[in-house]
Amino acid sequence: MNLPSRLLQLLMVVLMVGGASYLMMQSLPGDAAWRIAAGRYGYDALDAAAAASVRAELGLEAQGGLHFLYWLGDILRLELGTSLISGESVWVEIRHQLGNSLSLAGAALGISLLIGPPLGLLAGLRAGGWLDRSLLAVCSLLRATPQFLLALVLILLISVEMGLLPAAGHGEPQHFILPAMTLALGLAAVSARLVRDAMAAVTQTAFHDFARWKGLSNAQTFWRHGLRHVALPLVTYLGLQFVTLVEGVVVIESIFGWPGIGHALVHAIFSRDVPMVQGTALVLGVGFVLINLLVDLLGRQLDPRGVK
Amino acid sequence: MNQVVEGLAPQRVEAVRRPRLDWPLRRVIGAAMVASLVLLALLGNLVIPGDPLEQHLYRALQGADAVGVSDAGEVITSAPLGYDHLGRSLYHRLVAALGLSLSIAAGAVILAAFSGISLGLLAAGRGGWAERLLSLVADSLLALPGLLLVLMVSVILPSTPLALWLGLSLVLWVEFFRLARATGRSVLASPGVEASRLLGFGAWYRFRHHLWPEMAPVMMTAMAFGMANALMAIAALGFVHVGIPEPTPELGTMMVELLPYWREAPFALLTPVLVTFLLLLGLLLMSGSKARTSTAADTLEGARP
Repeated sequence: MNLPSRLLQLLMVVLMVGGASYLMMQSLPGDAAWRIAAGRYGYDALDAAAAASVRAELGLEAQGGLHFLYWLGDILRLELGTSLISGESVWVEIRHQLGNSLSLAGAALGISLLIGPPLGLLAGLRAGGWLDRSLLAVCSLLRATPQFLLALVLILLISVEMGLLPAAGHGEPQHFILPAMTLALGLAAVSARLVRDAMAAVTQTAFHDFARWKGLSNAQTFWRHGLRHVALPLVTYLGLQFVTLVEGVVVIESIFGWPGIGHALVHAIFSRDVPMVQGTALVLGVGFVLINLLVDLLGRQLDPRGVK
Repeated sequence: MNQVVEGLAPQRVEAVRRPRLDWPLRRVIGAAMVASLVLLALLGNLVIPGDPLEQHLYRALQGADAVGVSDAGEVITSAPLGYDHLGRSLYHRLVAALGLSLSIAAGAVILAAFSGISLGLLAAGRGGWAERLLSLVADSLLALPGLLLVLMVSVILPSTPLALWLGLSLVLWVEFFRLARATGRSVLASPGVEASRLLGFGAWYRFRHHLWPEMAPVMMTAMAFGMANALMAIAALGFVHVGIPEPTPELGTMMVELLPYWREAPFALLTPVLVTFLLLLGLLLMSGSKARTSTAADTLEGARP
């Protein structure tokens, strides 16, 4: 996709999250003005006058469509409001959590890249060999295991039975290992297959045979003629992997008690904290579009053939 | 004359070659696994009747028992898989949970496939702004993580099963839409469809005889894959306490409930885990991984979507 269509997509994502959040707000019981006033001034200072001033200020008098436009206007001005639970600004909360989530996601991606592609390369070089076949079996099993199930197995085996690592928590380096490993194993299962297929395809091409015939060593052939072809599907897939990662983060953070954006999202859903849901959803959706834009650009660098 | 026909033969074979839904061993095994679990969900309660919510607290976390009469004189229904931490029959909870998850997932896949295929063909047939608008909506939905969409729908709608059904359909239709649009674009422009239209055949005939045979194998793969994803999402949400509310039996909730007792009753925890795993493995075996691996070959040939 090109830049304008990505921008359009970005706008659409904001519209959809805003619309869904508006519906969420509408479906909550009670008067919105009273609820927001309670969030702002506390339940002790809450009276009809405070609710009326909130109503006048936020344009809650306006009906239907007009009210929705006010709501969208707030989003476009990047005013996400305050959390209905903590009373803290949504931005402050998210900035705090996003860092935690990004470091976890980064660690997971890093570990998965250390495990998956090298195994895939080895398997692809000898397609049909024992490594290839056992990798296929392991990858299929891993893909059939939901991430929360993998987390469960790792917690029971490594922290409860062996007592090697803490089952939950945040702050120490060893807290990283289990959640990052859980996320990484799922990602590695996919990237290993992808790299294996790409590598197997490359070894069957004429240019690969020719490189071997003209006397290049295995390593030289790989660096000059293999790497780029293997990297392209891997990079293209990173965009999709990011979705898996985000979904995983939502579940994995809740299981391991990691104070990130996914954990915050689940809590916000549980307590019907709409501004927080909207804020986290916006960050996740916008982040996805931006990452995909980066992947598009990177893919074009790797394979200039598709550019007209 | 004969020679001319022979010379043409390969081309003609190429032209009418259609992707067929073949049944390699892997797919048969997967289908058998899924079918047996579906049978368990359908017939489990008829074979051994029981109530998934009925408690026998004095039997909490105990193993299987036979039909009999307790000391107090009440009839104990048999629990072939033992009891959970609140003394409820694991077997009946499992059967109920399987039934619930399978019906939500199947309902979501059917709704998603129906709307995705019709909208995809509409986009491919009409083209222009209709296609652009639909594609934009589909792409933007793709940007939002599926679990997030399902969670947002669950806040808007009052009933959780309804929210899961609609939310999952909202996530899954995009895949069917993209597949149907891609196939539709090439097939609708083919001479065969044009000939059909000129001969006066209706839209339904053209769908049935030109479009569907072309789409069927891909759609079947997408359906099995979508079903696995839906089941995984339902269980994952249950596991983090935002899915189907307790005490309704659900696979993810069962696991998280039984987790604290895993030392005392490892088998009790293992049953929902094993059932979920087998169900997902069966569906993934059914779907096959061809759809995923084709991307590598495509990029190598320089083809871009």
